[in-house]
Amino acid sequence: MRTLRFLLVKEFKQIFRNRTLLPMIFLMPLIQLLILPLAADYEIKNINVYVVDHDKSTFSRDLISMIISSGYFKLVDYDSSYKRALSEVERNKADLILEIPNDFERNLNRDRVQKVFIAINAINGTKAGLGGSYLSTILKEFNKNIVMELDHSFDGKKALKRIDVVNSNWFNPYLDYKTFMVPAILVILVTMIGAYMCSLNIVKEKEIGTIEQINVTPIKKHVYVLGKLIPFWIIGMGVFSIGFFVISWGVYGIVPIGNILLLYGYLALYLVALLGFGLLVSTYAENQQQAMSVAFFFVMIFILMSGLFTPIESMPEWAKWIAKGNPVTYFIEVMRMVVLKGSGYRHIQNHFLIMMGFAVVLNFWAIANYRKTS
Amino acid sequence: MRKEFYHVFRDNKTLLLLFGLPVAQIVLFGFALTNEIKNSKIVVADHARDEVSFQIIEKLSASRYFEIESTLLNNAEIEEYFKRGDIKLAVVFPNKLQQELSSDHVSQIQVIADATDPNTASTLTSYVSSIINDYQQDLNISLGFPVQIVPEVRMLYNPNLKGTTNFVPGVMALVLLLVCVLMTSVSIVKEKEKGTMELLLVSPMQPFVIIISKAIPYFFLSLINLTVIVIMSVFLLGMPLKGSVVLLYTMSSIFILCALSLGLLISNSTNSQQAAMLISLMGMMLPTVLFSGFMFPLENMPLPLQWFANIVPSKWYYNMVKAIMIKGVGITAIWKEATILMGMTIVLLIISFKKFKIRMS
Amino acid sequence: MEKEKVISVSGLTKKFGDFTAVNGITFDVYKGEIFGFLGANGAGKTTAMRMLCGLLSPTSGDATVAGFDLYKQTEKIKTKIGYMSQKFSLYEDLTVKENITFYGGIYGLGNRELKFQSKRLIESLGLQSEANQLVGSLPLGWKQKLAFSVAVIHKPSIVFLDEPTGGVDPITRRQFWDLIYEAVKNDITVFVTTHYMDEAEYCNRISMMVDGDIAALDSPSNLKQGHGVDSMDEVFYNLARTAKRKSD
Repeated sequence: MRTLRFLLVKEFKQIFRNRTLLPMIFLMPLIQLLILPLAADYEIKNINVYVVDHDKSTFSRDLISMIISSGYFKLVDYDSSYKRALSEVERNKADLILEIPNDFERNLNRDRVQKVFIAINAINGTKAGLGGSYLSTILKEFNKNIVMELDHSFDGKKALKRIDVVNSNWFNPYLDYKTFMVPAILVILVTMIGAYMCSLNIVKEKEIGTIEQINVTPIKKHVYVLGKLIPFWIIGMGVFSIGFFVISWGVYGIVPIGNILLLYGYLALYLVALLGFGLLVSTYAENQQQAMSVAFFFVMIFILMSGLFTPIESMPEWAKWIAKGNPVTYFIEVMRMVVLKGSGYRHIQNHFLIMMGFAVVLNFWAIANYRKTS
Repeated sequence: MRKEFYHVFRDNKTLLLLFGLPVAQIVLFGFALTNEIKNSKIVVADHARDEVSFQIIEKLSASRYFEIESTLLNNAEIEEYFKRGDIKLAVVFPNKLQQELSSDHVSQIQVIADATDPNTASTLTSYVSSIINDYQQDLNISLGFPVQIVPEVRMLYNPNLKGTTNFVPGVMALVLLLVCVLMTSVSIVKEKEKGTMELLLVSPMQPFVIIISKAIPYFFLSLINLTVIVIMSVFLLGMPLKGSVVLLYTMSSIFILCALSLGLLISNSTNSQQAAMLISLMGMMLPTVLFSGFMFPLENMPLPLQWFANIVPSKWYYNMVKAIMIKGVGITAIWKEATILMGMTIVLLIISFKKFKIRMS
Repeated sequence: MEKEKVISVSGLTKKFGDFTAVNGITFDVYKGEIFGFLGANGAGKTTAMRMLCGLLSPTSGDATVAGFDLYKQTEKIKTKIGYMSQKFSLYEDLTVKENITFYGGIYGLGNRELKFQSKRLIESLGLQSEANQLVGSLPLGWKQKLAFSVAVIHKPSIVFLDEPTGGVDPITRRQFWDLIYEAVKNDITVFVTTHYMDEAEYCNRISMMVDGDIAALDSPSNLKQGHGVDSMDEVFYNLARTAKRKSD
């Protein structure tokens, strides 16, 4: 234990003496946390629609004004050339083309059935899907309206059956995307700091040769590893706390509903697991460049396969398993559950067990792989 | 300059990491990432237990968007399910659904979404609504519903709405940018740390030749990387390659040069490998993901952030790759992006040389 | 007079793949002597030393260091030895005092002992005014002297020095050897590798390594006599000429 104290004193002095690194460790994540959630907004509005109207009738004009007034769409142009419309899509000026055929109004009056054509730039699948479904909803609405207009005599009107869908959005009634993103981005930033700093640390000592001097001392392996882990654990706690209380709570006004102690308990455990991962990378790598590439690789996977941006349920089976083997997934889930939904310990019991598993395996692996004798 | 190639190629383990990891990432993310929302777990609370509710539940479970986790009888259980986390939505049927429909012609179904994720919540809600709407329409057609507009929808470029077309170019831009920036900045800073930079500086070579010669091997490495990535994404991930390969490579070269210049700039502003790496990875990863536009639509962002996105090189590259590979356009459609990237490269190079000279004197 | 063995090595071998760096060397080191390990670059000196320090595990052969078995009691050995590598291995971003405290601390020195030792050490090195300066800012010679003093701060039975005076000016080298003699007076056995032949003269006994083997082992004067030459330089040339391995 005495040895550990000396190690810690040394690590802290080295970290806090580094005038270029220290501000980066604290400022970079916090600035990002302040700005990035503003950029991470998924609500799709402002879909650019190009209307090709061959009919130019009252009906078609009514339909168009209904589309524009819905708030989801922005009219790029109103024209009668599909070719021009398509070239606008190519130039990324338009996302969606609505083509109203000749005799739209007349056919509706006569045949009662009429097609309209919708072409969607589907490179971004979600936007395409949502855009299409918004437009279909508007068409249905329009349809209902003209039923009234065309068929005053229609007597089935009263007999029409209607099922209203009443929807309520729990936990986030205003559908604020920031509420969803801020806690998760905080997780990612803490993860990056922890993983990068920690994975570089032991390997740096390898590169400058000081590790040899340590290895000829009778120091215990686990004490040395602890000595490396604790400082970054404390830094991780610090960065998280500032991000959580100052930015998430203070700036974005996200008041945690659940128990903060529970959250911190999980954070503490998570950091142990994460730093264990960093140390593991560090013990395998021969130089900082290698450690960096490996850490970069895994952090990318941690971030992109964690359900942060894209839903895990939609991934193929094998990818779901990767997501399940990703500690970040669990912490993001716990964050969102405890902070936004107020989940209690019994709801996240499994998460605790799994993270405990990660922590134990990664750290023991790191200790085992750190060899004083090569 | 030959020395640089030796450096890069002699270290086999690093080399493997340089090539292997980006390729693995492209494949992994190309397959795994999609914004589509499907297979979402929902619960239903069926208080009606009549023909109508059964039919609607049937329709819900037939949809690929939903997996019905369980059927409850009690509203209080819903919250418990939400808090445990894996349920996204609950559909609550009223007591006398069928009865109300036939007597009053109107009834209500409640849809409760876990809106912590607003996107999933609103998408799923709209899926449920449209399923119920369809059901309602079916009911009414039998009554002789009078007029119908039938939308015929065509999905351009990506008929199956796969995530690949969106994410592969995005991940390409992301990986190429980060790898180039990271490797150049770190390799130069490493020489500074070890003191070998001074050795080069006292040599008769021009400083900018030294700097360029550090960057060139990484330029070629990145081109090889690009080739592997393109081959993988076309043959393994089924990305289309409609446009000209030459154009793709020309544009990629400009982008890689831009990334390398950024790496140079970072290396000129830092003194330790750790700092260089923190800036290149910590500082750039999330902004690149967010401001390229492949994760979140740029047009949703507040205006200042949209302006900011304009100085993120990967945004322009991402647009170009999409345009070339998927839409198959020619240079006329993307000259703007190309010019901007070239401009950025030149500005970055000028700044780094300025900085370099200041340090020398 | 029966001399006490502090290092006893028999048939110690280290192979890296096909390459045999150290080829079954056998020797003893006695308490209180300065034992020199000489040889060209790449002859296997450093490899042999790193095995004895427990930094590298041997391929075969036996050794005891400070009475402990090299295989089974590696960590016990480490309490009894000090080591100074050819790469400077103190923390450049810590001050002189902090380095001393740190290494003293992990060797388990008590607080009082630590205070006393660091004061004594700083005074004897004449570093009073630099005590709170970062080690990175000191000139190389001072760093090396400091590194040596730190390596013996816990009063080990043996100190291993791997080319301790590389790149240091002649005056500092003399001062460095004064430190070594001082350590010997305090009952520390010194095991040193070097390729400075004048330094070889300072040793009690010398082993010459050529291509992973010990080509000769004796006191400097006996070696010179045996080869019929006047200086260690010539002894070295005579032996090293037979080397097949390229020095790097």
